[in-house]
Formats: sequence, structure tokens, C-alpha cells
Amino acid sequence: MRHIRLKLIVFLLTLPGFLNIALAQDVMMVRSSLRFPEAMAALQNSVIAHKYTLSRIQRVDIGLTRAGYKTDRYRIVFFGKQPELEKITDRHPQMAAFLPLKLVIFAEGDETIIVALNPLHYRQVVDDHDMNILYQRWANDIRSIMDDVSHAE
Amino acid sequence: MVLKIIFNILFLLIISSTTLAAPDGKRLYSRNCAACHGNDGMGGVGVPLALPGFIESVSDRYLFRTIRHGRPGRVMPAFSDLSDAQVEAIVNVIRNWSGKPAPVFLQTKIKGDVKKGKDLFKQHCTACHGMTGEGGTGTGVTFSRPRKLPIIAPAINNPGFLSSASDEMIRQTLIKGRLGTPMNSYRGNGLKEDDINDLVTYVRSFERHHPVKKAAKITDYLSYESSENMEDTLIAVKRAIRGSNFKLIRIQKFEKGFVKEGQEDAKKVIVYFCNFNMLDRALKIDPRVGLFLPCRITLLEQNGKVQMTSINPSAMSKKFDNDELNKLCAQMTRMYKDILEEASL
Repeated sequence: MRHIRLKLIVFLLTLPGFLNIALAQDVMMVRSSLRFPEAMAALQNSVIAHKYTLSRIQRVDIGLTRAGYKTDRYRIVFFGKQPELEKITDRHPQMAAFLPLKLVIFAEGDETIIVALNPLHYRQVVDDHDMNILYQRWANDIRSIMDDVSHAE
Repeated sequence: MVLKIIFNILFLLIISSTTLAAPDGKRLYSRNCAACHGNDGMGGVGVPLALPGFIESVSDRYLFRTIRHGRPGRVMPAFSDLSDAQVEAIVNVIRNWSGKPAPVFLQTKIKGDVKKGKDLFKQHCTACHGMTGEGGTGTGVTFSRPRKLPIIAPAINNPGFLSSASDEMIRQTLIKGRLGTPMNSYRGNGLKEDDINDLVTYVRSFERHHPVKKAAKITDYLSYESSENMEDTLIAVKRAIRGSNFKLIRIQKFEKGFVKEGQEDAKKVIVYFCNFNMLDRALKIDPRVGLFLPCRITLLEQNGKVQMTSINPSAMSKKFDNDELNKLCAQMTRMYKDILEEASL
């Protein structure tokens, strides 16, 4: 009886975390009421504040405009932590296609939208204990970065 | 005894936090809906929910079921992870924008002549909703349409729509139209009561023509081994990219930006390329496709062998559940495979 109760307690305690993983949406999104330049600055600050290195910003809109297409501002922000990236690509080369991590940011009128793939999705690429912990941390960090930008004034 | 007390406290805590606490609708809307529909419901990637012509013509049941089931094959996802209370809280937020009570529609089936309905549909509806009710194409206002057109014609053959909208709701929409959108009142356009019933019956008949698609299992990435060393593989990849109508954008070390210049690992390289026409088309279908951009192949040399890896656009496209995007991404996957195969020879 005692064992059953203990198991039940453990199950109940882990339930919220389990549900979070199992039912998470694949695409994480947030809207900021800031204009694009301010939202972009807030995004970069938050990425750095979360102790990630911002490695590059891909200016998709510039490429499109130069090629003759009309577009609003559209960028991809690449970021990560070097020791993590090195370790992951050495152990799981297939993960290289998805790294560094990225956030997509684009203007929508006077507001800005930020989109990211939920890192929990990467369990479909590599599913092991260590990586699952890492995916959860990435997901939490990305959610926190998005919250920072959506609350920035 | 102590264990029993702990168990009871935990039980109460969990129950009170997950069941009894009223969901914060504004927070839920902000987190799940605002990115597409706007903070104030004025639309964007998604429908302008606050538009009086829309919100005053749909029931809470319709909103609830739309959130729950989404629109399979379109942009609107199914929010199956939200509890009923959470969905209701979101519906309340949306409803409060109108300041008017929600319309309530009868759930009874309307019986009309499906054949006559089909003829009327061809005559009056196909220009906007398509020949088979598939709706307008494209999504976001940012890239695909100006704001002066606040709404694209919905896919009324979509199983999500059909399970959300009652016959009476469709009938009322036909009778009254939707102010501020291209949807006019069809009673005003000369249709009689019976004609409208025939049209509703025809729209409902779309339910029967929806085969359930079985999703094939596909991997999230494409990976090929090269028979050459890094230098020669790079040459082969560049050649294959150019031969597939892509523009080579840049070749950079994987670690660029993370370590000091010159100290990057030469055995990890990314090749970026682009087809701007396809990029433009993809962004017009859904502006969020940047998630699997830019086009790139990553080369990793391990134990003397070079592995070429890329994402699988077809697998990534599934995240958006958009038929139009799936087609384009299937084409992209074929092109990626061609490049990788050619480079691996």
C-alpha cells in the first residue's frame, strides 16, 4: 500500500512536466507590439541575457529585395552555446542540420512576430536522456526570450 | 501517517492548481492566438477575429470547436493540449471584443436539394471559395495580401469548418453576409429561402468527400555520405547546387561567430544556397516558413568520412499542416535529394 502511494505521488509530481513535453505545440510564436527595429533589439538583448552567443543574423528581406521581390523586414537570428554545439555535433551529427538554434523575426505592419521551432520536436531526431533535458532547457529559454520581447516596451 | 498527510496535501495542491483555478483567458489568448490573430484580434497571419462582421455572425460553439479542431490542411492548428476551461476562457476574450451577446444557432440539419445547391454554388460561390469550397490561398497579410482585404475566403469544405459550423450558422451567414468582408448577403442578391437551404445542403455534402489522409512516416533530416574528402565534397556540393537552379549564397564554418576567426573547426562546414522564387512563394503561403530557412547543407567530417546533412523540407512542412505548403516542400525535398545524391557520387 505504501509503495503504491509513493508511486502515485511520484507520478502526480511528474505529470505536469510530462504533459508539457507530450502536448507542446511544434511551433512557438509570439507577437510584440514593438516595431521591428525595437523588437529586434529586445530579441538580441534577451538572447545574450540568457547566456547564448548570437552568431549571425540572416537578412532574408535584403536577399529577396535584391532579387526583385517585395517583402517586409524578415530576419533569422542564429544563436547557441559553443561547448554544447561542439558536443552535440560530435555525438549526433544528424543534429547539425538543425543547429545553431534560430529565431525567426518578421514585421507585420507596426508590430513584430517571432517564431521558433519548439526544441522538444528534436526528440524525433535524437531521443536520449541527456538530449531530452537539453531540449527542455532550450524550450524554456526560447519561451522566456519570447516573453521578454513581448513584454518589452 | 506522515506519508498520508503529505499525500493529501499534494493531492489538494495539484487539484487546486490544475482544476479549480480559473484559466487566465487574456494570458492564454496572448500565448496561443495573438501571434497570428493580433493582440486586439485585428488579424494578420490569421483571421481578424474582432471584425464585427465576423464575431457577430459566429457562435461560441463555433469558436470553441475551431480552437479545438483547427483547420486540417490550413494554417489554423488544433489546440488539443488546452483544457475545455482554457478554450472557453479564450472564447470569452474573443467574444468580449464585440460587446454583444453571442449568437446561438439551432443544431438541426437543414434539408435542401443538393443538386440545385451545387448549381447555385457554381454560380455564386466558386469565385471566392473555389470550385470545391477549398477557399482562398495564402495566409499572412505581411507578404500575401494588403490589409484593405481583411479576410481570405475560408475553406468551407474543410473538416474543421464543417464540424464547427452548424447548418443554421451557414444559413445565417448566407442570408446576412459578413459586413466588412467580400461575403455579401445572398438574400440581398436575390436568392430565396429554398435556394439558401439548397446551398447549405450542398456545403454540408462536402463532409462526405473528405478522405482521411494517412501521414507517411518521414525522417526530419536527409543525410548522405560522400565518397570524397571535405575539399572535394565541397566542390561537388557547389556544383550540384548550381546545377539545380539554386544560387550559392555562402560557405562558412559551422562554428563561425562562436569562436575567434581562424579557430573554427575546418571539419564542420555549412553551405548556404537559395532559390529566391521558391522562397517568395513559400513566404506567401505562410510567412513562418523561416523556421526551415535558409536552404543549407551541413558537411561534417568524422573518422575520414564526410557526412552531408540537411533538414527534410517535407517533414518540416508538416508542422504547418498546410496542403499548399506541403506541395512546395515536397518539391524542395526532391531538389535537396537531387543535390545530395549528385554530390555523393
